[in-house]
Amino acid sequence: MFRRLPDKTDAGVVNFTINGEPRVGRRGDTVAAVLLLSAISPTRVSAVSGEPRAPYCMMGVCFECLVTINDIGNRQGCLIEVTNGMRIKTQTTRREAGA
Amino acid sequence: MSTQPEIKAAYDVAIVGAGPAGLAAAAVTAGCGLTTVLLDENPGAGGQVYRGIETTPVRDPKILDRDYTDGHDLVLDLKETAAEFVRSAVVWSLARDGEIGVSVNGHAHMLRAKHTILATGAMERPFPIPGWTLPGVMTVGGAQTLLKSSGIVPEGRIVMAGCGPLLWLCAYQLLQAGCTVQAILDTTDAGQHHASMRHAAGFALSPYVAKGVKLMAAVRRRTRVISGVTQLAAIGDGKLQTVSYIAKSGNLERMETDYLLLHHGVIPNVNLAMSVGIDHTWDEVQGCWTPTVDNFGTTTVPGIAIAGDGAGIAGAWAAQYRGRLAGIAAVRTINPNATGLPDELAIRRDLAHAMRGRTFLDHLYRPARAFRLPADDTIVCRCEEITSKQIRETVALGAQGPNQLKSFLRCGMGPCQGRLCGTTVTEIIADARKVSPQDVGYYRLRPPVKPITLAELAGLPQTDDAAKAVVRL
Amino acid sequence: MTKRPDVIVIGGGIQGCSTALHLSLRGVQVLLIEKDYIGRHASGVNAGGVRRLGRHLSEVPLSVASMEIWHSIQDLVDDDCGFESHGQIKVAETEAEHSLQRARVDQTRLLGFTHEELIGQDELRDLVPAIAPHCIGAIICRTDGAAMPYRTALAFKRKAESLGATFLEGGRVDDLKRVGQTWHVATSNGTHEAPVVVNCAGAWADRIAAKLGEPVPLEVIAPMLMITARMPAFVKPVIGAQGRTLSFKQYENGTVLIGGGYRGRPNRDTNWTDLDFSKLADNAKTATALFPIMKTAEIVRAWAGIEARMPDDIPVIGPSTTAEGVFHAFGFSAHGFQLGPAVGRVMAELITTGATNIPIEGLGMQRFQNVRAA
Repeated sequence: MFRRLPDKTDAGVVNFTINGEPRVGRRGDTVAAVLLLSAISPTRVSAVSGEPRAPYCMMGVCFECLVTINDIGNRQGCLIEVTNGMRIKTQTTRREAGA
Repeated sequence: MSTQPEIKAAYDVAIVGAGPAGLAAAAVTAGCGLTTVLLDENPGAGGQVYRGIETTPVRDPKILDRDYTDGHDLVLDLKETAAEFVRSAVVWSLARDGEIGVSVNGHAHMLRAKHTILATGAMERPFPIPGWTLPGVMTVGGAQTLLKSSGIVPEGRIVMAGCGPLLWLCAYQLLQAGCTVQAILDTTDAGQHHASMRHAAGFALSPYVAKGVKLMAAVRRRTRVISGVTQLAAIGDGKLQTVSYIAKSGNLERMETDYLLLHHGVIPNVNLAMSVGIDHTWDEVQGCWTPTVDNFGTTTVPGIAIAGDGAGIAGAWAAQYRGRLAGIAAVRTINPNATGLPDELAIRRDLAHAMRGRTFLDHLYRPARAFRLPADDTIVCRCEEITSKQIRETVALGAQGPNQLKSFLRCGMGPCQGRLCGTTVTEIIADARKVSPQDVGYYRLRPPVKPITLAELAGLPQTDDAAKAVVRL
Repeated sequence: MTKRPDVIVIGGGIQGCSTALHLSLRGVQVLLIEKDYIGRHASGVNAGGVRRLGRHLSEVPLSVASMEIWHSIQDLVDDDCGFESHGQIKVAETEAEHSLQRARVDQTRLLGFTHEELIGQDELRDLVPAIAPHCIGAIICRTDGAAMPYRTALAFKRKAESLGATFLEGGRVDDLKRVGQTWHVATSNGTHEAPVVVNCAGAWADRIAAKLGEPVPLEVIAPMLMITARMPAFVKPVIGAQGRTLSFKQYENGTVLIGGGYRGRPNRDTNWTDLDFSKLADNAKTATALFPIMKTAEIVRAWAGIEARMPDDIPVIGPSTTAEGVFHAFGFSAHGFQLGPAVGRVMAELITTGATNIPIEGLGMQRFQNVRAA
């Protein structure tokens, strides 16, 4: 689980869902960041054995943060900012594909 | 995002990566009147070292100090030019003739640049230990990114393991942010002290020594530092619960914890550069592949240059200066009569100063053999779950290089395209065959260097030859 | 090596390795010379299609014979080579295309071959539920399939080695000269001698042929392929199309391989290939037109191997027309993989007995005798 440091900036609030549950984040948060804040673990399972995985590098090289965003699967969550109405789904069954 | 510039068909200069090198290069080329596009896959500028610089919620200089906030100047300098900065722009191909394939918001574009500067920087060196794929294990760089861009930190107990300046810096930042850093497991290889001493004088004169010493002292006061760590493992059921290690006593110790942050230095992010055929050599000290470049960053492929850590690890300040030099070279090639070029000699002086002490650090923090050649059951290729043992067995069967290994085991064939396994695989094969990593080579990398959907690809404009030149199958 | 070879094979792709194996099975001492490593080029990076379907009629006997070997490949090379046999299907999108297919099937039947079969929309939908609804029928070869190319080449090599063949990698053939009854083959690693030489040098075979005084108009091509990330299983047979160019296969692990013979730009002197994304865009259009669920499929890699193409799109197999003791097996024009097992057997028969049971007259070097190299 991650926690937020006190934030005195005025970035604004974003409303989205994770696995259908409504959540709130700060404008500028990436999808991977809000997943780590949500304490949902694992956020995906490995394509080979189904073992649990979670974001690792936070910079787009490890591909462990893959989630489904607005029905499109295998998006790198660490490179995408949350937006209002975004529907984030973790990929915890093997071989998730896009819609 | 609605104020994004439209991607045009052609530019004088295309720059990939908006970290310090890319920002500095773009400011130079655009400042001299060259049409310039700066592409970065992240939503904001700054790369890794200045991650979130435009929007960070962390305003406390006791957590993120001038070394971070100074990065804002680079963004401001860029804004004063006509350079077009396209965010969330994922470059997936670069061709030798300057054609670039890039996707923004699910739409693929091809653009053409007379001159391309790659500023794709560095990434954490893969640090394979048993259990490193468990949720709860992350890179130190990843934790820093979360701190900088969102002001979030791990809750609960944190163990940090590895070696190198970034480890100490991040430990300091997390402690300043009020985190529970339980211990630092320092893997600095005792054998490297001797090798680094020859370069100690250079380090003593470097801009890093004062701060580095201060940071380490501050961290040592506030957390347990266990040095001489030669073995590490992450253990848990479904997530990290325990870290086990062996240090100087030689006994296997265990520590329960919630997060394990790993760091063994950074290495160039080579995928785009290698995919276009830029020559790379194996740097034995830094244990990574480095492109062959001249002192302007010009590579073995005409019209393509590399600036910043992607050209060889040298840190943020050096990246900025090398970015400017690559920018100067681009301007001179495209418009030899251009005026307004920055002072090359002054930049080179600054660069030399920024490079002081790097050799010392490279030697001192070279990860120990045991960590570069992980034990048998350690997963090396995370995407395909290939272990060190499987790799060695396949080499024994006759697969002599990383590409044969790929075909046989799917090692390196996952979505990360070898980013997290490549250097380890090269070193394991070199060790198994008793040849140099240079002789072993690396994965043959091809575009797309980031995944692209068929729909995106299908949406690209087609040329007339396209449907014609086809082989009858 | 201690014993002088009876045969030197130039080129370590599937044709060379298969030739080496079949000769070794007959007790012939083989030395194979490969300039890079076994399976480095076309043989190691192709789509792995194992088909009789749709072949040029001159190739059909060879293909049919090879398919029999494929179905017991484990017995031949002690490795199943990843061979899966779920059929190959070539879909027709219009009545006109289906008529062409009907004519083709009739033609093959007239020649005594029964491997190609016409099917209608219902059976097509049954066998390939994910195919676009506008497809109205297909030709099917029910026991065609696909295998893993690099693994296959390596398996042939290892079996040949176990039977006494020697493989020298990393040395290129620079020249060959006949001295008396012996060929002297000069390589970057020294000269080797043997009475017989087999030219399996793929995209470089014309250079060997030129040295023998029989130039051929060989074209160097780089057919491109793409592979996706893993997807849920949705298709078992290998799919092609009558009216468009496509090769489409989903592996056991869920990844989908998409080819179509779209050409990149090769450089056979540097072993480099450039991809052409505007052509891959067309390839992508075809794949998504025939399989709508592929729109969101992610391409994680594209590549192109270096292959040889002959102007008539069929290989050169048979004795040299100018040089005694030299045999050719090259120019497979992007569809040689499936033929490999039988080609090796044919070459071994030709070399050891002077003849082969499989009709290969249409594939001989003679057809280029009056043609100058391009």
